[in-house]
Amino acid sequence: MRPFTTLHGLVAPLDRANVDTDAIIPKQFLKSIQRTGFGPNAFDEWRYLNHGEPGMDNAKRPLNPDFVLNQPRYQGASVLLARDNFGCGSSREHAPWALEDYGFRALIAPSFADIFYNNCFKNGLLPIVLPADTVDRLFRETFAHEGYRLTIDLAAQTITTPAGEIIAFEVDGERKHRLLNGLDDIALTLQYTDEIKAYESRRKVEAPWLFV
Amino acid sequence: MQPRTLYDKLWDDHVVHVAPDGTTLLYIDRHLVHEVTSPQAFDGLRLHGRMPWRVASVLATPDHNVPTLDRTAGIADPVSRTQVETLDANCREFGLDEFRMDDRRQGIVHVIGPEQGFTQPGVTLVCGDSHTSTHGAFAALAFGIGTSEVEHVLATQCLWQKKSKTLLVRVDGRLGPGVTAKDLVLAVIGRIGTAGGTGYAIEFAGEAVRALSMEGRMTICNMAIEAGARAGMVAVDDTTIAYLRGRPRAPKGELWDRAVAYWRTLVSDPGARFDRVVELDAAAILPQVTWGTSPEMVAPVDARVPHPDEAPDAVRKADWQRALHYMGLEPGTAIADIAVDKVFIGSCTNSRIEDLREAAAVARGRRVADNVRLAMVVPGSGLVKAQAEAEGLDRVFRDAGFEWREPGCSMCLAMNADRLEPGERCASTSNRNFEGRQGQGGRTHLVSPAMAAAAAVHGHFVDVREVLS
Ligand code: SF4
Repeated sequence: MRPFTTLHGLVAPLDRANVDTDAIIPKQFLKSIQRTGFGPNAFDEWRYLNHGEPGMDNAKRPLNPDFVLNQPRYQGASVLLARDNFGCGSSREHAPWALEDYGFRALIAPSFADIFYNNCFKNGLLPIVLPADTVDRLFRETFAHEGYRLTIDLAAQTITTPAGEIIAFEVDGERKHRLLNGLDDIALTLQYTDEIKAYESRRKVEAPWLFV
Repeated sequence: MQPRTLYDKLWDDHVVHVAPDGTTLLYIDRHLVHEVTSPQAFDGLRLHGRMPWRVASVLATPDHNVPTLDRTAGIADPVSRTQVETLDANCREFGLDEFRMDDRRQGIVHVIGPEQGFTQPGVTLVCGDSHTSTHGAFAALAFGIGTSEVEHVLATQCLWQKKSKTLLVRVDGRLGPGVTAKDLVLAVIGRIGTAGGTGYAIEFAGEAVRALSMEGRMTICNMAIEAGARAGMVAVDDTTIAYLRGRPRAPKGELWDRAVAYWRTLVSDPGARFDRVVELDAAAILPQVTWGTSPEMVAPVDARVPHPDEAPDAVRKADWQRALHYMGLEPGTAIADIAVDKVFIGSCTNSRIEDLREAAAVARGRRVADNVRLAMVVPGSGLVKAQAEAEGLDRVFRDAGFEWREPGCSMCLAMNADRLEPGERCASTSNRNFEGRQGQGGRTHLVSPAMAAAAAVHGHFVDVREVLS
């Protein structure tokens, strides 16, 4: 996994609540057995005017000029500003894969759906929860100032605005450590092999029917 | 010892290791695998030369991409076919048990787990699918995971988890005739919102929940995720145990007795503390119909489509406007005046035998209305289909003009050939009415099986209690 340390990135505002994973990456693209290449189909139904299918040349498809991410001023954005319950719906990890492949490295919202939130950390994507009024203010500033950028420092757990204001955010110690260092979760867990085996031996005595 | 909730007990029984910040390595007993969220996980195993930790903990089946019409010709869409074949190949390579597309036990993962007795009280059960919450109906700790975690569970039999807060949803009183588990859970979501359960594990309790069959309990736990909660659960009682007795993978003989003794302890202790409690009166719940593009946008069948001005805040007002526009609905329209083009009875929410019986009771002796282009019934598994056919339900549906299909996810998410065309309106027994969920531009209204059947025969939404009386 790609580590996340600091980011100085252009902000794009997606001003709607309950953005679900079906919207982030529609189901027809879930048929891929690869882990990469989902970026051109992120927000496919909102982003293009025609219906997308796997294997199409996305560069030739008509863009929806009304979709916020298509506006010239947000090209190259790496921070996505969103509303409540972002990433709700299906558990598809294709959603963070698509956002990451699109170029986002950090997401800011008042709340995220649990499974999606968890999936982000596995893919070098930092989801940041901030109070709704702070998010509101960031939306206003993003709309007001073209080229609005934020500096995100994971180690310090801070966001710095162009005006120099510093906003602190929370993140679990364990998740932060893994994301900062880009660690392989499975290798870490396998360090606990003895404890896992001890648990199994104990459980086989207590609840043997689970192991037949 | 302090009184504990059911969730606390399930959690405590699976702790392998606790990190300093409280993150816990939790042992996973059961793992369901399907074709969509697993290929990259198996690739990851291969890439690192890892093997599954415990093959017996896994049960796999293809469900999302499988055709619901004639299967003898295989899958026409080459991309779908590759995905299903990849699952077959991975299961063969790693020695995992799989019900293939041509196996009569094949079906939606969340239907076959319980049906086989693979899902049991007291287990931790995961699947790369958000509706894994379904299995909590058996007093199991069951939740959906992403593909990285699918790989992690395959390789280590464990997951790193933070403990959730607990939410008790208590539904006292009795549901009225014609009002079902689906209406109950839609009413709960209408009350607490789609983010209301975020960060919580929900326990459903109260007289109305106790009175539900296992099928009904699965329906409500299935939609816990639509309320934002990764896990929903119901305590063990006689209904749970009666359902499991004799299932192929349920414990046998002396182990059965020991298991039952343990299962009986899987209830919240009297006086156990929940972080939040929500109470509903079952008698006040009417048949529900969603009118928008989020399950929380729901109303009783006798209501009208609301006006965005009634929304609780500015963000929601904009959402409601967008939803009404997408759904092609005018504020103030009576729900009962909304006509439907298609009807879908199926999905992991409502495709079990009891759901089909409820729908058939409405369809019996009636005809699908002329304005309805397609009304389809998709059983949740091959065994549900066989049971329904043994009871003659297929005939009831066919005689009424419904199509009777092969088992799978089908038009719940339209990854196979079953889908809505742009602008088509559907009465659906599935769990999500998101934009494009059943096909780009498709308009989904979530309802119970009985309400879906009633909409099919009337051509528009109608209070099923009037149809049945
Ligand atoms: S029936 Fe629908 S919700 Fe259930 S597993 Fe299949 S696609 Fe997901």
